[in-house]
Amino acid sequence: MDKKIFTTPIFTANPVTVLVLGICSALAVTAKMQPACIMALSVTIVTGCSSFLVSLIRNTIPNRIRIIIQLVVVALFVILVDQILKAYVYEISKQLSVYVGLIITNCILMGRIEAFALGNKPIPSFIDGIANGMGYGIILIAIAFVRELFGFGTLFGHQIIPLSWYASNGGFYENNGLFSMAPMALILVGIVVWIQRSIQKNLQEK
Amino acid sequence: MNTNNNLYTIVYATLMVVATAAILAFVSMALKERQQKNIDMETQLSILSAVSLAADANSADDKIAYVQNEYDKYIKNSYLVNYKGETVPGDAFTVSLKSQYDLMKQIASAPEQEQEALKAKLQLPVFECTMDNGEKVYIVACYGTGLWGPIWGYIGLKSDFNTIYGAMFAHKGETPGLGAEIATPAFCAQFKGKSLFDGNTFTSIAIVKGGAEEGNPHEVDAVSGGTITSKALDASIRQWFEYYVPYLQLSAKAGNAPEETVPMAEILTEEETSVEQ
Repeated sequence: MDKKIFTTPIFTANPVTVLVLGICSALAVTAKMQPACIMALSVTIVTGCSSFLVSLIRNTIPNRIRIIIQLVVVALFVILVDQILKAYVYEISKQLSVYVGLIITNCILMGRIEAFALGNKPIPSFIDGIANGMGYGIILIAIAFVRELFGFGTLFGHQIIPLSWYASNGGFYENNGLFSMAPMALILVGIVVWIQRSIQKNLQEK
Repeated sequence: MNTNNNLYTIVYATLMVVATAAILAFVSMALKERQQKNIDMETQLSILSAVSLAADANSADDKIAYVQNEYDKYIKNSYLVNYKGETVPGDAFTVSLKSQYDLMKQIASAPEQEQEALKAKLQLPVFECTMDNGEKVYIVACYGTGLWGPIWGYIGLKSDFNTIYGAMFAHKGETPGLGAEIATPAFCAQFKGKSLFDGNTFTSIAIVKGGAEEGNPHEVDAVSGGTITSKALDASIRQWFEYYVPYLQLSAKAGNAPEETVPMAEILTEEETSVEQ
């Protein structure tokens, strides 16, 4: 099987930095590592499973209602994930709040189903879905890493920056509040796009 | 097969929706009990943390069991009271704070002759907590609207029904670093030892922008940069306590002889600088 199906969405055609999809949730859930990881995992599972299922039934779907059928499939998996999060990782599902439900509207999903799953066999579609979810997830986790470290001084809730550095304990350091807000995530996404475009020259418009 | 035929399309869509609905209904039923336990656990934990109990809930192996256990151990009694201070039937734990808050809003905008009837519908929860040393603490609730969404809290009162034992506040989505500071231990700790009544007059606890007056037992500092959230919290505490006042006064009279309160100076020295940034 073609390895490119897997690697392209993660690097050269990353859904967030190249296709600029899924920005809304990338800003909203990246304040801390834990919700970002859970969100990345949830999206990966949903993209993989829904691409697989749509590809499986692709030859039976009536063309005129295909978008609606795709939506039903995506919604099914999103609600399943949401229900499971609520039951087993309640704290995190509270932090993710509406953004799990909003995976349904994440353009990565519908985009990959339309562009790939409808015309390919189930297994490659599944891999394509997983890889796109991971491409999204990597960016999410990278941004969350920077934001949690500088915004809260922690990673996964563990204190990383020594407490004795803080001004309240007589040190010189303060957490940067801007990092905990959504605008900083947009700036960080912009920086990642910049880095990627200066490495991959073919992405630059003439 | 012609997949574009009308009949096929309709049948396909129907089957798809029915199958999806069946799967979701099944999952929802299967997980419901566990989800409800999480929600109950959160409420129990909020009530306990108002009086600084269950502090190590996050490190417990089985958080749900731990919180349930602590709750059963400390909260010996709970009941609903009305705006006259009388106990009314119902479960204090399951009563929705939001619907009480909606009712309060309705009362505020209703014409005077209807207010009494609406007020009679209010059900205010009270949780009686017995501490390890036998001291009784009465926990009451408040709920309001912050800048972005609901804010709520539980406030523990000593058995003089005047001095605050402890408080906890929570919010759904206030701005991190600004309004969200109301949920920090530093902010909540300011309420300890404050008093609701000045003699026999109800004064509430004012959340003062620009800093509380030193030594004033009815004021705490507002959150810098979180003015709207602070004001909203101030208003909701005042609003809820206004309805609790008859209960507090009746209970204070009814044999719960006021204990010696801790001198203000002792409490004030500790937690004052924390929220300013």
